[in-house]
Amino acid sequence: MCDQTFLAITFGPCDSCSENRPLMNLYIKTEPINYCSLCMEIMACQGLASGETLKSLKAESETLRKKLEEERKKLHDVELEKVAEKAEALGELNMKTRRTLKGHGNKVLCMDWCKDKRRIVSSSQDGKVIVWDAFTTNKEHAVTMPTTWVMACAYAPSGCAIACGGLDNKCSVYPLSLDKDENLAAKKKSVAMHTNYLSGCTFTNSDMQILTSSGDGTSALWDVESGQLLQSFHGHSADVLTLDLAPSETGNTFVSGGSDKKANVWDLRSGQNVQSFDTHDSDINCVKYYPSGDAFASASDDSTCRLFDLRADREVSIYSKDSIMFGAASVDFSLSGRLLFAGYNDYTINVWDVLKGTRVAILFGHENRVSSLRVSPDGTAFCSGSWDNTLRVRQEGRGVGRELKQGGTTLYGSGPRAAVMSSERD
Amino acid sequence: MTIRTLRDYGQHYRPRMACLKHVEVFVVEMQDPKSGVKGADQKLNVTIIPHVINGQDILAWIVTKMKVTTEEAQAFGTMLVAYGYIYPLQNHRKLVLVPDSTLYRFQTPYFWPVQKWPAEDIDYAVYLARRNIRKKGMLEPYEQQHYDNLHKWMNPKWDFIVMQATEQYKANKERKKPDRVVLDCQERAYWIVHRPPRRTHSAMDYGLDRLIDPNAEEWNRRALPVITSCSSPLGFQVLTFDVVRRTNIFLTQALMRSAVKSSVSLTAFVKFVTTHHNHDPFLTTPVPSNPWITDSDEFWQLNSRSVDIPTKLSVERWVLSFWELISDPRGRVDFKLFLKKEHSAENMAFYEAAEEMRWGAASAIPEKSQFIFNTFLKPGAPRWINIDGRTMGLTVKGLVVPHRYVLDAAQTHIFLLMKKDTFYRYLKSPVHKDMQKRALVPAPHVFTDAQLEANVRNRNPGISPILQWQQEEEEKAVAAVAARPIDVKAMVATNKLDRK
Repeated sequence: MCDQTFLAITFGPCDSCSENRPLMNLYIKTEPINYCSLCMEIMACQGLASGETLKSLKAESETLRKKLEEERKKLHDVELEKVAEKAEALGELNMKTRRTLKGHGNKVLCMDWCKDKRRIVSSSQDGKVIVWDAFTTNKEHAVTMPTTWVMACAYAPSGCAIACGGLDNKCSVYPLSLDKDENLAAKKKSVAMHTNYLSGCTFTNSDMQILTSSGDGTSALWDVESGQLLQSFHGHSADVLTLDLAPSETGNTFVSGGSDKKANVWDLRSGQNVQSFDTHDSDINCVKYYPSGDAFASASDDSTCRLFDLRADREVSIYSKDSIMFGAASVDFSLSGRLLFAGYNDYTINVWDVLKGTRVAILFGHENRVSSLRVSPDGTAFCSGSWDNTLRVRQEGRGVGRELKQGGTTLYGSGPRAAVMSSERD
Repeated sequence: MTIRTLRDYGQHYRPRMACLKHVEVFVVEMQDPKSGVKGADQKLNVTIIPHVINGQDILAWIVTKMKVTTEEAQAFGTMLVAYGYIYPLQNHRKLVLVPDSTLYRFQTPYFWPVQKWPAEDIDYAVYLARRNIRKKGMLEPYEQQHYDNLHKWMNPKWDFIVMQATEQYKANKERKKPDRVVLDCQERAYWIVHRPPRRTHSAMDYGLDRLIDPNAEEWNRRALPVITSCSSPLGFQVLTFDVVRRTNIFLTQALMRSAVKSSVSLTAFVKFVTTHHNHDPFLTTPVPSNPWITDSDEFWQLNSRSVDIPTKLSVERWVLSFWELISDPRGRVDFKLFLKKEHSAENMAFYEAAEEMRWGAASAIPEKSQFIFNTFLKPGAPRWINIDGRTMGLTVKGLVVPHRYVLDAAQTHIFLLMKKDTFYRYLKSPVHKDMQKRALVPAPHVFTDAQLEANVRNRNPGISPILQWQQEEEEKAVAAVAARPIDVKAMVATNKLDRK
């Protein structure tokens, strides 16, 4: 099992108020109790009992913290590098840009792949959200949002709708249609309502639910049809910048990263914060689950990417180099989890070997920050969206050599990598 | 949900230039007289400008110092110029590092981005006014536009601005010529970075401010992990007792949560990577060919849901784990076929129905729960699932007031049953073994250049996902009708059963 929330009781009568509610599995001094979130809050906000002071509570926190660190240390018996010695070394990777999608008039802020492995939705600063067929580079649909800075966009699992949001504090769902001339904005549905900007959104396993994260410090799960709030997640002390849903068989958890340098893992059903990692030095711009669901990687403004192990409850690897000084904006894993692609604010993309911790390749080509990066659902390519208004789809380029120019698309063949560097920077 | 009482809903705190701290350390090292970049004096129209450096030297220095390739050093050097730590002398508008004899100078720390941030409009107005006086009205077109705008905006303060500008102009005249030229260049470079000309992007552009300033050192990060449901508008945590209590609650449950040894979980990662190595298109070339490289989408067609015979690679992937089997649509079809033969198809049907309820619309829950109860859980139901008495009791009780997670316990039981028992029987079954034998190993494509060009021209637009979804829904509806139990009485009533 990938997560321990699989077998936990999460709905039923609360131990203190006996109402049927989503339950959090808590402990009072090693005694397990099941409280609903309201009772938990009441317990936390109870007035100080006799003999308790703020100081004694803080002291208790310190002892608990120390105990936790001790326990984790006991389980920490080997480093990733040691275990990874058995893994074979990677050959040289030669990535080429296969498609360049031009059409946005302003910075591309976010992008997502469709489950059919070839369509992409991307959103930009001027409020335009475009659905492309990246294989043929055709634009299929375009929507103009009434807001600028559309920082989050997502494709529905069925491929029939897209969700996007940004400075309007809302997440709107647009059902897509086959009719090219139809005005998509007419069928728009406003789903999420936050009190500050929307930083990330994703559909869960169906079109009917959306998970959103916002600058107001909360994440929330919404029902698309009714716009109802199903569950909200509080715990970050600053903006929540990113979130990712677990790919595990149970799909019960998600991880969110925020401006408070913490990455928190939440249980979707009860809203409980089950794990928290705070080893980053600056805000976390992006979090992504490992394909098996047992770990996740995070990209931060302190120019490092880190891998956190969920089962051992600790950070296992840091991907950083002295020569990389600018913040990382986006990460994603390749299908096997061996490669970690990270887009940085110094216009480059670094490819890391997850197991050995070394950098495998550095890719150039963008003329401004790489704001979002995703690997396609079957792992055949990855797409990077940048503030230079373009999206680039890249793949390994062993042995295929040709160069073609077609319309607004430039395809690069194999050859010395220096030649691939875009000459448009002038 | 937090309701903020701040009147100003805009975001104020300037963000994430934490990286500049490291960059500045680096730049200081670059300027070190002994180990830094070698500078020389440059003669420029009679005046001598001290400590000028050459693009090539900068590049070489970065390569040696950071031990990187020329390309990377080039990219980093350009970032240094773009942020204004180094400025070019001749083509002052183009902020890139050109690795030849182009001349650059280090910007004075006074004008470093972190020191004077944000670049105030009023300073810019004074600067433009002074330039106006000096150049007697001949400003660059974009500067002229800015000037006019600021004149409109800051009209009340304009006298002050002009006065400042004249003062500075007079003070400037007192300086020696070389100093004046240098200062001029530095200031101009500063303003190119912070007020770039039209249609050039500025590295200073960081996007939107965050709501809370992450660079503030108001709180000590090593202190208690703070968990609260309300972000303070002040930007740091006020440690009241409820905040500490919540932290304690979190820590107690973290302590009780069992964690696994590192060796176990890390070995699991390595195992995952190794088993999936052959399936990763970045590590192993996919057969027949990667659609993005050869522009032929046969790879996708061979792996689609409705294909008759799957590829060998897919079949190998199904063997890896139960989850892989059912996440691949073609694999799920195969598994369902096996279940039908085993007469335990109701397990999968129940799992799918429960998933639908869990992730579906809230309004559909009562109806779905009723359907599921009648089809799978009622005693004597047509597709009765075999779960233990306790789970059945819990589920039925919960169904009285249905909610989306009411089937969780039953679903978990069935899933584990399929995973631990049925899956292994499937792997040994003739259905699967037969599929393994018949699975295709498509030949890798070998295209000539002409064929590749033809492929580019004839890229297959594929089926729209909306159409595919509609097809799948229709198929599901047909399957649902077929799975419905035959009502014998109705058939007799309509005389379909011929008893003769």
